[in-house]
Amino acid sequence: MSEKEIKNLEEIFDQKIARDEKIEPKDWMPEKYRQTHIRQMSQHAHSEIVGMLPEGNWISRAPSLRRKVALLAKVQDEAGHGLYLYSATETLGVSREELYEQLHSGKAKYSSIFNYPTVTWADIGAIGWLVDGAAIINQVPLCNTSFGPYARAMVRVCKEESFHQRQGYEIMLTLSKGTKAQKEMAQDALNRWWWPSLMMFGPTDDKSTHTAQSMKWKLKRKTNDELRQQFIDQTVPQAEILGLSIPDKDLKWNEERKSYDFGEINWDEFWQVVKGHGPCNRERLQTRVNAWENGAWVRDAAMAYAEKNAERKIKKAV
Amino acid sequence: MSDKKEQKKNWPLWEVFVRSKNGLEHRHFGSLHAADAAMALENARDVYTRRNEGVSIWVVESKHITASNPEHNGELFEPANDKVYRHPTFYDLPDEVKHM
Ligand SMILES: [Fe+2]
Ligand SMILES: [Fe+2]
Repeated sequence: MSEKEIKNLEEIFDQKIARDEKIEPKDWMPEKYRQTHIRQMSQHAHSEIVGMLPEGNWISRAPSLRRKVALLAKVQDEAGHGLYLYSATETLGVSREELYEQLHSGKAKYSSIFNYPTVTWADIGAIGWLVDGAAIINQVPLCNTSFGPYARAMVRVCKEESFHQRQGYEIMLTLSKGTKAQKEMAQDALNRWWWPSLMMFGPTDDKSTHTAQSMKWKLKRKTNDELRQQFIDQTVPQAEILGLSIPDKDLKWNEERKSYDFGEINWDEFWQVVKGHGPCNRERLQTRVNAWENGAWVRDAAMAYAEKNAERKIKKAV
Repeated sequence: MSDKKEQKKNWPLWEVFVRSKNGLEHRHFGSLHAADAAMALENARDVYTRRNEGVSIWVVESKHITASNPEHNGELFEPANDKVYRHPTFYDLPDEVKHM
């Protein structure tokens, strides 16, 4: 194809998206669109999968059967989210093995929030409330994104997320109304998870490079800073109901903006964790790689069994 | 971690179709990997119907699906465009004719 022909196709493509038409896997698309989607969707899938690890840590130690079944169901949902997203990514012509390989070799990223440890039960409450809460704000606009399989996967994901956040908030609520020690545990979890949750929206707008392109392709509808502000504005009143305080001395209602002003985010910490130097980066990746490698014999056995059965069926038919 | 990790074969890809309730058709829900059809059904139950989203599941190995190519949509669907006589509005009837 000549350069001019490609330009022409790209124009038609952009207009299609501007008209709110969806792009489906076999449609023509610019190579950059394909690559960007493979990267973003697989990162999203990896985040769901690695995201099971910090919470899985507490399944066996949940304080009651009610909490345990809820947490199990929540973690199982996250596995499901990962699988919806991997399957949507595969429609772009990349195999599941390649995607796993990128995760396991450290080439692909996943959300940095999962590189923080879950040291107390209250962390499970804080994750559901804050981390799933931030994820919802990031994900809802993606239900209308331009790539069909991604948008459809996100509709399913978003439907399931609200239970996650509510179960987390309920844990926080119970602890906040409990003994002094329980309330302190809840406050401590909020203290540790607040700032990393704000970082989930990514760098500030002036430092964010992909925004214009992402807006055009509807991978983004609001900027990082807008989404972060939305999260803060809706979360502060929720903390007040819990009787917990947000660990930010600069947090203040701004009557003019009808929004909360907030303090400086520690971006050095953010970049450190992104680069692999967070508290749990190595442990998370190692756990994931071990699970994959130790499960290899099971996958092989299942395949051998399936092949044997298929052969048997053919023999019978003859 | 050793070199004996040469895996035999990867689990093939299956497409999943779910009927959400009787009276509705099966609809494509997504795909998954499984060693055989029985496992694909079980995985489909766990991945796509955790909240009673379905009363019936079909799985078919993706390689058995033949798909049309959207780049040929012109030739493929165009013949329908010039056959206006397939639509009721093509036929001129006087207004007095009722129930038609
Ligand atoms: Fe999720
Ligand atoms: Fe979630």
